Amino acid sequence: MNIPKLIPVGDPSAETFTINLGPQHPATHGVLRVKLEMDGEFIVNAQPVPGYIHRMHEKMGENRTYAQYLPNTSRIDYLSAMTYTHAFVGAVEKAAKIEVPLRAEYIRVITSELNRISSHLVGWGAWIMDLGGFTPILYAFDDREKILDLLEAITGSRLTYCYYRFGGVCDDVDQDFIDGSKAFVPYMRKRMKMYKKLVTGNIIFRKRVEGIGPISAEMCRKYGACGPVLRGSGVNYDVRKAEPYSIYNQFDFDIPVYNECDSLARYLVRMDEIEQSLRIIEQACAKIPEGPFQGKVPRVLKLPVGDTCFATECGRGRLLIRITSDGKEEAYRIRLRTPCFTNLSLFEEASQGMMLADAISLMASLDLVIPDIDR
Amino acid sequence: MIESLTHFFATPWGVLSRSLIYLLGICGFVAANAAYLVWVERKGAGRFQRRPGPTESGWAGLLQPPADGIKLLSKQLMAPPGSDKILFWAAPLMVIAPPLVCLAAIPFGDNVLARDLNIGLLMVFSFGSINVMALMLGGWASRNKYAIISAARVVSQNVAYEIPMLLVVITMIMVTGTLNLQEIIVQQGGGFWNWNILRGIWDFSGGGWGHIGGNIFAPITFLIFYICMLAETNRAPFDMAEAESELVAGAFTEYGGMGFGVFFMAEYANIVVGCALATLLFLGGWQSGLGPWVGTHLSSLGIWGTLIGVLCFFFKMYFLIFSVVWVRWTFPRTQFYGLLNLSWKILIPLSLLTLLLTSVTLKLPRLF
Repeated sequence: MNIPKLIPVGDPSAETFTINLGPQHPATHGVLRVKLEMDGEFIVNAQPVPGYIHRMHEKMGENRTYAQYLPNTSRIDYLSAMTYTHAFVGAVEKAAKIEVPLRAEYIRVITSELNRISSHLVGWGAWIMDLGGFTPILYAFDDREKILDLLEAITGSRLTYCYYRFGGVCDDVDQDFIDGSKAFVPYMRKRMKMYKKLVTGNIIFRKRVEGIGPISAEMCRKYGACGPVLRGSGVNYDVRKAEPYSIYNQFDFDIPVYNECDSLARYLVRMDEIEQSLRIIEQACAKIPEGPFQGKVPRVLKLPVGDTCFATECGRGRLLIRITSDGKEEAYRIRLRTPCFTNLSLFEEASQGMMLADAISLMASLDLVIPDIDR
Repeated sequence: MIESLTHFFATPWGVLSRSLIYLLGICGFVAANAAYLVWVERKGAGRFQRRPGPTESGWAGLLQPPADGIKLLSKQLMAPPGSDKILFWAAPLMVIAPPLVCLAAIPFGDNVLARDLNIGLLMVFSFGSINVMALMLGGWASRNKYAIISAARVVSQNVAYEIPMLLVVITMIMVTGTLNLQEIIVQQGGGFWNWNILRGIWDFSGGGWGHIGGNIFAPITFLIFYICMLAETNRAPFDMAEAESELVAGAFTEYGGMGFGVFFMAEYANIVVGCALATLLFLGGWQSGLGPWVGTHLSSLGIWGTLIGVLCFFFKMYFLIFSVVWVRWTFPRTQFYGLLNLSWKILIPLSLLTLLLTSVTLKLPRLF
């Protein structure tokens, strides 16, 4: 689909100036730097400069055992730690052929979906904050607090969870957690109704996102964009449906897809995904079986020689972890294909000819987590 | 005693001392408002956002403004290297001075004003526009790209919103027939339906619909005035000058210490002036609006009547100020072209239309 640019790119012969958006800037939510070449208020070129918080997570995987590397994965995208650990745990289980008990899979699904909701809530609130509305983020954090309390009770941590283990989860969940999750579903649905009234229907918000930041499906394919960005461009791709992992194929849920390709589409995808995650939690809480929560795992874990890939759908898109093993206790190479890096890479093309404030709206709609870009 | 005071104020020395008293009073009023409106803003924002707001310093955080002031005062004043130092420091002065002057012409109560000017309304608007220049100079002199972008925005925004605002004021001058603010309020005496905002709609004293001399479009006019006031004072959702998510702190990026503090105070001083004007022009100023029920005119109550008038004025003004805070914490910021479109495509035609229709409604009764 060919989307016309809203505003033509400024006259190239005109005098331009460079402006640094970051590394310390309120709109980049971290240490991302974007070099903007501006013609007045219009962006001629935007060049993202990542790398300010590179922590060598991939390299660290080469000199740690798999169990030692597990906490690293929850610190890449700190907002969706559960799904990140899920990808790593899944890759190791796939390579070592470790059986995971059904109860553990249910626990993983419930916690992952709770984590997805909390991640979307932060993204939602921060987006409106970038547009100058300060109140929604505190409402979002109020709801997120409920999720954090639930997860804290079973995992002991509030942000960088390291709850999943090879072959299961670290500790069993109690009835309080199940009941709390069940109670959270109607609560969150009520809140979503309020958010639709407060924010989605707000005229200023609509004007700031409708038709702003068009990203076509072609552009998404070109840069490998994923997650809500891709689904907002009319491509029905979600790892949970396309290549179901864990027990996601046992649940009844839809993949929200919007064809408008603008920021509003990406916004609506995220809002609908919260609703779908609630549906999954509802079903999982009703069906969760009794049984063991941890499978049999060898004391010294060595993966067979070869490559293993495992992808999960995290809050921001498709996370793929590839482990190359040479039969030792540590991996030969660990490759992380993170969604924010690919989503950021299309910013340069998508933001050309936009006004500064619209580009901020576009960047917020990509829902970037900077440590996920730099890893 | 009140008699002798009135006599004293009539003498030349009295006029001088009255001006001095009001000068000090207005400075104190602006300082107190700027300080405590910040507290109101923060406390209000806290309540809107389901958190308590400032609580630590003093009871309910009431000592927060002085604490902030002391912190800002103790900071070093620094102009960025390469900036135009004179303009850089002139800007904060230019931004705080106009609202102080404007308040001299604003009657807080029956005859409670520094100077009873026949062209009070004109003076308020002519000084009110200096504010733009201060922000532009501040942004331009600070040699910062964010500040320059912001300065350019401020100029086009304020030019765009000055037009509908003045058209609205012209409409109101046509209805009232005077530029004297004191007189405009006296005209709105009696019941609240005599306030300019409601005057044209229904007359309880027997006039019925479309009361002669009123303006049936006054509610729309008021709305235009309110929106323009938000834009002119650079308040959210039109805070293009600051736009912290895009331009860090806009025109104020390079200001620190009290330089920033003065800009901050001027924002609230401008809001006070804007809301006071809206109260005078549309909401009957110091008129209680309960005349027919109370049965007595405020001026017949002497000093107590004046005091009640001042309280009425403050009540309406602070209600408007609260609504400004309310709007800020509810709406996101508009996009810059959206802001200009709103002015040029909607507000200016609409205010022209109300101007035209008002003149027709004013003329019609005289034709028949």
